[in-house]
Amino acid sequence: MIEVRNISKHFGSTVAVQNVSFDVARGEVLGFLGPNGAGKSTTMRILTGYIPPSEGSARIAGHDLLEDSLAIRRRIGYLPENAPLYGDMEVVDFLRFVGTIRGIPPGEMRERIARMVKLCGLEKVVGRTIQHLSKGYRQRVGLAQAMIHDPDILILDEPTSGLDPNQIMEIRELIKELGREKTVILSTHILPEVSATCGRVLIVNEGMLVASGSPEELGAGLEGGGLLRVQVRAPSREVLDEKLRDAEFVTEHVFTKEADGDLHHLTIRGVDARGLGERIFRLVVENGWSLAELRLEGATLEDVFRRITRGEEA
Amino acid sequence: MSNIRTITAKEFRSYFDSPIAYIYITFFLVLSSWLFLRGFFLVGQASMRGFFGILPWLLLFFVPAVTMRLWAEEKKLGTIELLMTLPVKDHEVVLGKFLASFSFFFVTLALSFSVPLVISILGDPDPGPIWGGYIGAVLLGASFLAIGLFISSLTENQIIAFIIGITLTFVLFILGEEFVVYNAPRAVVPLLKHLGLGAHYDSIGRGVIDSRDVLYYLSVVVFFLYLNVRTVESRKWK
Repeated sequence: MIEVRNISKHFGSTVAVQNVSFDVARGEVLGFLGPNGAGKSTTMRILTGYIPPSEGSARIAGHDLLEDSLAIRRRIGYLPENAPLYGDMEVVDFLRFVGTIRGIPPGEMRERIARMVKLCGLEKVVGRTIQHLSKGYRQRVGLAQAMIHDPDILILDEPTSGLDPNQIMEIRELIKELGREKTVILSTHILPEVSATCGRVLIVNEGMLVASGSPEELGAGLEGGGLLRVQVRAPSREVLDEKLRDAEFVTEHVFTKEADGDLHHLTIRGVDARGLGERIFRLVVENGWSLAELRLEGATLEDVFRRITRGEEA
Repeated sequence: MSNIRTITAKEFRSYFDSPIAYIYITFFLVLSSWLFLRGFFLVGQASMRGFFGILPWLLLFFVPAVTMRLWAEEKKLGTIELLMTLPVKDHEVVLGKFLASFSFFFVTLALSFSVPLVISILGDPDPGPIWGGYIGAVLLGASFLAIGLFISSLTENQIIAFIIGITLTFVLFILGEEFVVYNAPRAVVPLLKHLGLGAHYDSIGRGVIDSRDVLYYLSVVVFFLYLNVRTVESRKWK
C-alpha cells in the first residue's frame, strides 16, 4: 500500500529525515516510535503531501507521491499533530466542511456524520463550537474528520495525546479495529501504545530509521526478552518438568532454585512472548496446580527504545 | 470548482460565526456615514462625491482588517496543514478565500447603499457618478483584498498582516498622486500614474467607466492572487 524509498528532508542545514525507507501493507498498523523531534511528524507530512521530500520517492496506493499528490490525498485520512481544527466552527459544520471537500455526496452526508459521531463518541458535543471543547474531544473530532470519507490509509500523528486513560483505551481499540481493513500509520512517543496497537514498529531517532520489527521481535532481540519468572505450587517436580517439556509454546524452562516444599521456582522462555503468561497460567490451572508468581522479566519495548535512542548498554 | 465554493462558503460563514463581522460592518457604516454626512449638509449638494472621496481611506484600514486573519490564523493554529492535505489545489484555496472576503466586503458596501437612498429623498442626485463610484469602490476593494490576502499569507501574526497590509495598500494607492510623482524622474511618471491604485479610481468615480481601468484592477487582483498561490506553494520548495 505504501512504499517509501530513501526519503530525506532537510530544512536549511538541519536534517529532519535521513534516508528512510519502509513498506506498509494493507491491513497493517505501523507504529512510528521515537523521541520528540526524531522526524516522525516530518515523515508523515511528506506522506500526506503537505511538504515534499528533499530526496527520495514514495508510492502510495499505486500513485507517485510527487506526481499524483491529489489522488493520494483523496485516499488518505490525516490527523496532524495536536489536532489543529477550526475553532470557530461547530463540530457538525466542521465535519460537513471536510466531508464536502472529501467529495461525500450531499445525500449521504447526514448519515456519514452520524456514523463518525457515534464511532468517535461525539454525541454530546456535535452542536458545540470546537474552541470550547476539551483536548480529548478535539482529538476525537480530529479523528472523525480523518475517517469521514472512509479512507484506505489513515495517518495519525500522536492520536492519543491529550486524552485521559479511558479515552486512550477507546482510541486504541478503535485503531485496532480500523487496522483490520485499513492501513494505519501512527506516531507516538508513548511506548505501551505501540505494543497495544501496532503490528509493526519503526523506531526513528534523529531522522534515521534505527530499528524495525514487531513489538515482540524488538523485545526478544535483546537478552532476556520474553522471559517469565514463575513460582508454581505443584505436588511433584517431575510432572511439572514433563508437562512443560510437552507444551509446544515453551522453548526452554529452568528450575532456578531448590523447591520450598511444593513451591517450585522456574524461568520459562516461550516461542511467542505475547500470551505466554496466559498459556502458562492455563497449563497450571488445567493440572490443578496453583500459581504463586508470574512475572515478565527482561526486555520490554521500553528497554529497546531507550537503548537504541540513547545508545545505552542494557 | 465545487471546492472553491465550499471554501468560500466556509470562510464567509466564519466571519459571521464570531462577532467580528458585525463589528466590522458597524465600524465601516458608522464611520463612512458620519465622515460623509458631516460635510454633506454644509455643502448642501445632493451628490456622493464626498462619500467616494473618503471611501479609499477607510478601505485602507477596513480591508486589511478583513483579510489579515485568512492565512495568518491558519498558520498560527496549524489548520493550514489540515487544509492543504485535503484533496484541494492550492489555487482553489486562494480563490475560495478571496471570494469569501470579497463577498463580505460586497455585503458591507451594499449596506452603505442607504446613503444614496437618503440623498435621493433629500434631493435629485445624478445617478451616473453614484453607480460609477460604487463600481470603482468594488474594483478598488477587490484589489485591496487581493493585496491584503497575499500579505496575510506571509506571516502567522495577524497584527503584522494588518499593519503591512495597510502600508502596502497605502503605498500602492498614493503611487500615482501628484505629490508623489512630483519628485520622481520624468521618465517613470506615466508608469507611476498608471500603477497607482488611486488614479483609476478617480476616473471611474466620475462615472466614466473605461475598460482600461477595469482591466487594470482585474490585473492587480490576478497578480496578487498569483503571488498568493506562489507563497502557499512555497512550503513545497525544497
